[in-house]
Amino acid sequence: MSLRIVVAVKYVPDATGDRHFADDLTTDRDAVDGLLSELDEYAVEQALQIAEAADDAEITVLTVGPADAKDALRKALSMGADKAVHVEDDALHGTDVMGTSLVLAKAIEHAGFDLVVTGMASTDGTAGVVPALLAERLGIPQVTLLSEVAVSGGKVTGRRDGDAASEQVEASLPALVSVTDQSGEARYPSFKGIMAAKKKPVEALDLSDLGIDAADVGLAGAWTAVQEAAARPARSAGTIVKDEGEGGKQLAAFLAEHKFI
Amino acid sequence: MPIDHRLSEEYEALRATVAEFARDVIAPKIGGFYEQEEFPYEIVREMGRMGLFGLPFPEEYGGMGGDYFALCIALEELARVDSSVAITLEAGVSLGAMPVFRFGTEEQKREWLPRLCSGEMLGAFGLTEPDCGSDAGGTRTTARLDEAAGQWVINGTKSFITNSGTDITGLVTVTAVTGRTDDGRPLISSIMVPSGTPGFTVSKKYSKVGWNASDTRELSFTDCRVPAANLLGEMGRGYAQFLRILDEGRIAIAALATGLAQGCVDESLEYARSREAFGRPIGANQAIQFKLADMEMRAHTSRLTWRDAASRLVHGEPFKKEAAVAKLYSSEIAVTNAREATQIHGGYGFMNEYPVARMWRDAKILEIGEGTSEVQRMLIARELGLTG
Ligand SMILES: Cc1cc2nc3c(=O)[nH]c(=O)nc-3n(C[C@H](O)[C@H](O)[C@H](O)COP(=O)(O)OP(=O)(O)OC[C@H]3O[C@@H](n4cnc5c(N)ncnc54)[C@H](O)[C@@H]3O)c2cc1C
Ligand SMILES: Cc1cc2nc3c(=O)[nH]c(=O)nc-3n(C[C@H](O)[C@H](O)[C@H](O)COP(=O)(O)OP(=O)(O)OC[C@H]3O[C@@H](n4cnc5c(N)ncnc54)[C@H](O)[C@@H]3O)c2cc1C
Repeated sequence: MSLRIVVAVKYVPDATGDRHFADDLTTDRDAVDGLLSELDEYAVEQALQIAEAADDAEITVLTVGPADAKDALRKALSMGADKAVHVEDDALHGTDVMGTSLVLAKAIEHAGFDLVVTGMASTDGTAGVVPALLAERLGIPQVTLLSEVAVSGGKVTGRRDGDAASEQVEASLPALVSVTDQSGEARYPSFKGIMAAKKKPVEALDLSDLGIDAADVGLAGAWTAVQEAAARPARSAGTIVKDEGEGGKQLAAFLAEHKFI
Repeated sequence: MPIDHRLSEEYEALRATVAEFARDVIAPKIGGFYEQEEFPYEIVREMGRMGLFGLPFPEEYGGMGGDYFALCIALEELARVDSSVAITLEAGVSLGAMPVFRFGTEEQKREWLPRLCSGEMLGAFGLTEPDCGSDAGGTRTTARLDEAAGQWVINGTKSFITNSGTDITGLVTVTAVTGRTDDGRPLISSIMVPSGTPGFTVSKKYSKVGWNASDTRELSFTDCRVPAANLLGEMGRGYAQFLRILDEGRIAIAALATGLAQGCVDESLEYARSREAFGRPIGANQAIQFKLADMEMRAHTSRLTWRDAASRLVHGEPFKKEAAVAKLYSSEIAVTNAREATQIHGGYGFMNEYPVARMWRDAKILEIGEGTSEVQRMLIARELGLTG
């Protein structure tokens, strides 16, 4: 039987652009170009490698986001994913992690899955909690933050590198894995992939298709509220240490004071 | 709509992908290869994995199912960051693989194209000789058919052959005199010589002014024997064949030159904003602004010339004159932009670690290779009906 992989990919504002908040303290998405979150490219890459190693596998890429989020799906499809699901609904504006994970979970159930693959965090919200929330909502085991991952014999196995130790972890399918930026560079789409992506199916869904009450998502349904947003203060001038014999000590004191050492 | 000014979605996606690759993979590393005059195998392998070497070829031969326009888009974006890798792709595809695709038998295509398209193997094309470049009809290299052995016996020397001596070079197609017409004019044919064939010697790399991370060699053939079946295309039609290959190649060089010219704008714009003199950014001076405006104008115009010639080519229309115009214009403005970019960078522009220094060194050859500027003017004049 075919291994059904769903990869959750987020469409994020380009981190190299000049990002701002809108008046309602949500991300001003009109101000900067968006793209497939770089951290989610690793998830797509790992899914592709798992699929290549399997006898028979099908990869669905899933995004919850505005109309332009199709670009993120298109990129994942041109890298080699088979089909896409795009959940788009005006009521989603301002959704937090709780709402996002709810919508993702419903859409993943809708698509059908044996394995869910996510990135380690988005490059904009960077909460890093959607994978765990998602696994809870789907009622499946989660093996998160893997730098190596493989599927065989109905199990997903992988390595999680911590500061002190590397762990080998495994879970039986269906399961969710999140992968880190150490899992291996993502491939660049080929022209053949780009051309093929045009013909791959993209299913568009809204909240009613997934049976979700609009009141559970959006700014109103959010469990968190952004009270205030301010630009990061300009970098202040550094401290200059003049070495008059005590330079080394002063440097060490500075580093200790700022908890770098 | 009389003419479409925008790239289609897929071509734009290709452009963006190659631009990202050039920025993230090539830019951080290429300076080192250039300085050491080393061939960047790892970068070329990555380009192969992305399918760049298969861009204009059909999928049945391992290609990407694109066309010459797609190749040119990739070349422009690569050269915007570095010309050595761009010329490696240009020569590999348009000189190495294209003759096999255009003139090869089904068997020859099946044998060579999949490997050439994957970038795991590089091809080269040897036309120029120590005593003839622009006048390529003056080829002295000979190939005699030893009918008993069923082999060509090749003798001669080829100069300045791109991609001919790397560890992954698999094939050099050479032009050679294979006979004479009744009135004594040479008949030229193209013959494929696999790397490592006895009698085929690759000399050490030239010490070059630019394109230092690309491979250029002198080749010599001494009683070098290859199977009779290695004839590429029709016997005695080699001259006409390479004219077609060079016509196409000019569009590719124009795209590459456009990339270099645009790269000069990119680098100079950033520098003009950040470098301060007399208490303000140098870019606040109108003299610098006008330089940049002119540089942008040239790069922009140059892009229009190659895109026009390439569209004609992929639509099966005559493109000879447009290709010559594109090659001539783009290469000359690339040299101008590189000179201006160096000027804007001041002393730093003369330091090898600055990309504009590399661009300055890489620009000049564009007015020489694949037909000098004088040759392009001759071609254009001939297209205008002038002879003599
Ligand atoms: C201050 C602030 C303001 C915000 N404003 C807005 C706003 O105006 N509009 C808005 O839409 N969002 C906004 N968000 C983001 C919104 O909260 C997140 O989209 C959502 O909560 C997911 O959280 P995350 O991006 O931190 O996910 P993480 O937990 O960091 O993401 C981990 C992984 O989950 C998956 N994933 C996460 N989100 C998606 C998704 N949408 N689709 C598919 N896969 C996904 C990816 O695989 C990703 O790698 C804001 C967030 C913050 C912190
Ligand atoms: C780095 C590099 C890579 C190269 N790669 C390849 C390759 O892969 N394959 C290959 O076959 N060749 C290659 N070449 C060779 C290149 O194509 C030739 O150098 C070029 O065609 C010019 O030929 P030439 O050097 O013999 O100059 P010549 O033909 O001797 O020309 C010398 C000068 O005389 C001018 N001139 C010649 N005839 C006329 C005329 N009738 N009227 C006016 N002016 C004229 C020329 O324009 C030029 O300015 C490469 C060269 C370099 C430097």
